[in-house]
Amino acid sequence: MNFKLKIWRQASPNDKGQFVDYEVHDISSDASFLEMIDILNDELVEKGEDPIAFDHDCREGICGMCSMFINGHPHGPEAATTTCQLHMRKFKDGETIVIEPWRARPFPVIKDLIVDRSAFDEIIRAGGFISVTTGGVPDANAIPIKKEVADLAMDAAACIGCGACVAACKNASAMLFVSAKVSQFALLPQGKVEAKDRVKSMVAKMDELGFGNCTNTYACEAECPKEISITNIARMNRQFIGAKLG
Amino acid sequence: MSNKPFYSSITKKIIMSLMGLFLITFLVVHLTLNSFLLFSNDLFNAGAHFMGTDPFIQAFQWVLFAGFAIHIFYGIVLQIQNWISRPKGYKRRAFMEQSPFSKYMIYTGLLIFIFLIIHLGNFFFVKMGWIGNGVPLTSNGEENMAELVRNLFQHGGYVAFYVIMFILMGFHLDHAFQSAFQTLGLNHKTYWGFIKGLSRAYAIVITIGFVIIPLFIYFKIV
Ligand code: HEM
Ligand code: FES
Repeated sequence: MNFKLKIWRQASPNDKGQFVDYEVHDISSDASFLEMIDILNDELVEKGEDPIAFDHDCREGICGMCSMFINGHPHGPEAATTTCQLHMRKFKDGETIVIEPWRARPFPVIKDLIVDRSAFDEIIRAGGFISVTTGGVPDANAIPIKKEVADLAMDAAACIGCGACVAACKNASAMLFVSAKVSQFALLPQGKVEAKDRVKSMVAKMDELGFGNCTNTYACEAECPKEISITNIARMNRQFIGAKLG
Repeated sequence: MSNKPFYSSITKKIIMSLMGLFLITFLVVHLTLNSFLLFSNDLFNAGAHFMGTDPFIQAFQWVLFAGFAIHIFYGIVLQIQNWISRPKGYKRRAFMEQSPFSKYMIYTGLLIFIFLIIHLGNFFFVKMGWIGNGVPLTSNGEENMAELVRNLFQHGGYVAFYVIMFILMGFHLDHAFQSAFQTLGLNHKTYWGFIKGLSRAYAIVITIGFVIIPLFIYFKIV
């Protein structure tokens, strides 16, 4: 398959940056999107040009690194897929594909398609953990947890912190990410202990970093590669109201 | 830039949603009163008289104005902060909003605000005697609000403007109703579909309700 690409190139955080046109030829329909860029990069290197910088790591849809905005969607138009899991057969032969970095004030571009997502780490540091005193490993069945609740916590914990929710949201809001991280703890007995402080400090950090205000457009849920539900946002809001009142 | 001014993001939204739900209730009362006009001028005048003299309603009127002001203030603050959160947009961006009218809330909101001022100018300010020649009187010397309304709805241009504004408000309400529930944390998968349906039904009923009255008057159906 052949494609025309329009890729955002930006040499450094302070560079103005611009779109550059490329063409790739004879790409296998079974190639992943990242493999397609690898092929392009090999050609660029051979020509002595600077290859396109992009984040990637596991290439199996679990690390959340491979973030890029493809044809108007985070990770491309395919639902519930990371870029590394996106195949070129999902595109039309000869199609023009626009590739951009995540756009949000708290995610500044480092180079080309790579953005700095350490804002998410800061939110986690603000409360996305449980404090435990170390000691012997407790028995797994010592604390009974309802199956439904465990499932909800597990669904929330599926968040890979890729930032697609922020990238998709017209307000660059991080509510889906933060609510997933709040929920995965708040649902379980071990996490309940610090639930009130956690939700307050994580929301405060999210606001401080300059993520937008959620206006319930639900674009985040539609674009999340792990299909994190907006009911997590409602849960976080309930938790937040409870924490502020109590 | 921090998003902390004027309370946390969630607090801002909660204030907006509570004021919004209050306005949503107010619209039901307002529409009920307007619909009297479809039945009789006297009934409408009696309703208007009650609203204009009842001390509880009179006091509540200022709460309503405050509710509007707070909702509008936060609507604007929220939107400005959200624009600042994404200084550079995308070259190609799909329509990803799952609640379609959520994308235009600031625009439909500001248009409602402009309509509100014109609307107050047409009725409330006239009634208060701040502008115009006052409200026409009935044969027994009472304020004839029905007459004032009917006169205004003789103008095709005004009716068209009124109808368009209410359709835009319907768009605002279609997103607003269910959004307020989500904001307040009242989203559970078993009844979420119902709330979304109710939101759409509310928006449609309110829009059609407000819009048929000027149309019926203009086309001399009532
Ligand atoms: C009768 C009039 C109005 C009603 C019933 C109403 C109701 C609502 C409700 C219930 C929400 C959702 C709030 C939430 O989810 O937290 C909302 C959102 C919004 N409203 Fe209004 N509103 C009205 C007029 C206005 C006006 C005059 C403005 C002027 C700027 C405005 C601006 C906004 C904005 C920007 C939002 C989006 C923010 C969000 O989704 O939270 N609204 N409205
Ligand atoms: S590279 Fe790890 S999720 Fe795509």
